[in-house]
Amino acid sequence: MTSVDHKKIGILYAITSFVFFLLGGLEALALRVQLGTPDNTFLSPEAYNQMFTMHGTTMVFMVIMPLSAAFVNYLLPLMIGARDVAFPRMNAFSFWVFLAGGIFTYSSFFLGGAPNGGWFGYQPLGRNMGGHNIDFWVFGLQILGIASLTGAINLIVTVINMRAPGMSLMRMPIFVWMSLVVQFLLLFALPIITVALFLLMFDRQFATNFFNINAGADPLLWQHLFWLFGHPEVYILILPAMGIVSEILPVFSRKPLFGYRVMVFSGIAIGFMGWGVWAHHMFATGIGPVALSAFSASTMFIAVPTGVKIFNWISTLWKGKIKVTAPLLFAVGFVAMFTIGGLSGVTHAVVPSDTQQTDTYYIVAHFHYVLFGGSMFGLFGGAYFWWPKVRGHMLNERLGKFQFWLMFLGFNMTFAPFHILGLQGMPRRVYTYPEGQGWDFWNFVSSVGSFVIAASVLVFMYNVRASRKNPRCGADPWDARTLEWSISSPPPEYNFAEIPVVAALDDVWHRKYTEDASGRPVRRPVRTDAEVAAAAEMPDQPERPDIHMPSPSYWPLFTALGLPIMSYAMIYKAWVPAAIGGIWTLAGIYAWSLEPQTAEDHHDPEAGHGQEPGNPELGSPVAESVSAGGAT
Amino acid sequence: MSTGTVVPPEVSTHATGGHPPTSTGLSHEKIGMWAFLGSECLLFGGLISTYLLYRGESRPGTITPPDVFDIPFTSVSSFVLLMSSLTMVLALAAIQRGDQHRLKVWLLTTGLLGATFVGGQVYEFTVFVREGLNLRTNLFGSSFYVLTGFHGVHVTLGVLMLLSLFSLAVRGKLGADRVETVELVGLYWHFVDIVWIVIFTLVYLIP
Repeated sequence: MTSVDHKKIGILYAITSFVFFLLGGLEALALRVQLGTPDNTFLSPEAYNQMFTMHGTTMVFMVIMPLSAAFVNYLLPLMIGARDVAFPRMNAFSFWVFLAGGIFTYSSFFLGGAPNGGWFGYQPLGRNMGGHNIDFWVFGLQILGIASLTGAINLIVTVINMRAPGMSLMRMPIFVWMSLVVQFLLLFALPIITVALFLLMFDRQFATNFFNINAGADPLLWQHLFWLFGHPEVYILILPAMGIVSEILPVFSRKPLFGYRVMVFSGIAIGFMGWGVWAHHMFATGIGPVALSAFSASTMFIAVPTGVKIFNWISTLWKGKIKVTAPLLFAVGFVAMFTIGGLSGVTHAVVPSDTQQTDTYYIVAHFHYVLFGGSMFGLFGGAYFWWPKVRGHMLNERLGKFQFWLMFLGFNMTFAPFHILGLQGMPRRVYTYPEGQGWDFWNFVSSVGSFVIAASVLVFMYNVRASRKNPRCGADPWDARTLEWSISSPPPEYNFAEIPVVAALDDVWHRKYTEDASGRPVRRPVRTDAEVAAAAEMPDQPERPDIHMPSPSYWPLFTALGLPIMSYAMIYKAWVPAAIGGIWTLAGIYAWSLEPQTAEDHHDPEAGHGQEPGNPELGSPVAESVSAGGAT
Repeated sequence: MSTGTVVPPEVSTHATGGHPPTSTGLSHEKIGMWAFLGSECLLFGGLISTYLLYRGESRPGTITPPDVFDIPFTSVSSFVLLMSSLTMVLALAAIQRGDQHRLKVWLLTTGLLGATFVGGQVYEFTVFVREGLNLRTNLFGSSFYVLTGFHGVHVTLGVLMLLSLFSLAVRGKLGADRVETVELVGLYWHFVDIVWIVIFTLVYLIP
């Protein structure tokens, strides 16, 4: 509860978001059961609205974002040779806020019904809906936004400021690069949706007029704000998975990543161009021919750096000595499925075609191919790839491959029919459809497929359980390339007993291998496998009292708890408890700022005042001035 | 591993004046603060855009900006806020010189100037409400109060930070090793001031 170790926090992120993944999956199954047969009555229209809203909200904000955050949290300091993130307690704060936000949003199921206005929350529909359903969505997303924003600040500073000696920007692993781009996207995209949610909150709580059409408001304001956040958001969701895949492919094709620099720059290009395409979500809203042409062109253009990445992945595999493992299968599955999703994405850039497809299942097919076939496949691949590093033993490979093929089959059974259904004109967000439209067969196939996906997730869970007793695996079971593989599995609390000095991209690989005259890798004679393994099994992670790690702290948890208190009170318009929640948070920030960061500071009560209380909407204790207080 | 050099934290923090060695030479806090302020730009940007979008969109017959704005009054309170940036700079200069007395004076002055500005805003809001403009009146009312109120909350938090620093200074706990803390609060304070210049120009001055 009080740990500030980035590795433990990363694991907490992973477990929590996996639980939300199961919840979001159950919601998806309910949707598919309802749509499996025509005129079904499994879900009422109201329940259906709640299910698809929560499915989308959960998968985007409580699964893919925090699951990516889990990988980033765990791996990023290891990959750049740091002992922790820049602000360890703020890191714990981000996690607790995320957990609080998730539980807060889900508590709506027991308090009068879950959000039911879609994950995009279009206005003025949301403004005018009765009940507290939408309020939970508004406050829940603001809380989750705080978690991501503080996390983004933290990780940006970590990458910029805590790289090991010799690790220049162009020697950073590609995953670190992609994560850095994502953190910048978060930093600048989250405030925009915060504004949108903030305005909606005022409309609902104080009856302001921002989305009140009768007072002359413009309903497109919401769409512009939401999608100006929403399109960078899709790159926030996909780039970490791209980074993971870019780490996996070189390891198992025994070749360096093809075109590392081009990969980095196309990742940055995607990050920049992601800001100029948002209105392609709004082609059907009548934004005028100039805007249509401009956004159509920019949307096609952003396919270029994405295509560059796809060709680089293929070239990485090309003529490699490919070892077919579970992580590799997921990575290749990512490339294939993401390409399909990317191609249907380009068809949306064409305005006439998009006008035809808008609000049909074709769109649903597209974003499931990029988010599930893309992000989730990449994240599962990452789970198989880094499992031995995190847990100290491998996951079962046969089960892993079986899970991949099952998931691959189920995924395509579920979502490929959506293309056909969409082109046949089946609209999104309808809770049922009459018989005889020609939609019955493919809907049924899709529903069966969704259960195949569920089965593959069960296989994964069984694999995790069955693999617990696997033999310990040594530091570097995959013969990999980046710094985290140079230390024991699982890593000691302080990560690196000696901060490594980095001499090259893929430094660990170069320590292990040199090249012969024809450019083939040759293992350096310095160390035999046995020696490497012996060095890796640093016996029982020796205590290193000379390395001061940050002390555990209650205050991040305490401070995070203030936010849901404030939000519940605001929903029920109980202003006194809301004020108490605000003061609670503020008090937490004060106590936190005055608390010394490491045990060695205890004699030095001065260390660490000068808090930055941030502001109530963001609630972010911006600067942990304390970490400078390592001075004795 | 074997190529690694040992970087004992104790030695290195002494060598770099209390900071762990960083890749850029800047402290974590300073980069974090800049990142946060960058994010804040988008937050205010969104609210200002909303205000500008809705400027003149209110239904006819309701209150418009010229009906309520008192430019001379707001100019004075804006001037007060701008002067507080000057005193903030003086406070930072004082702690850099090690002048504890002036540090306390300027911190308190800055805080009081900020509080004066917030007081002026509260007064202004009260007058406006009496003249019939509230959050629900029309689009102008909604977007005006939310934008300027949001800024006012930022100033209030800044005042809280300044008063906290002042109380630490009074208790003698704001020594020379805390220069950067004052600098960071200063960064935040100047940012809030600059945002106000933008808001004042766009909301009040442009007809």
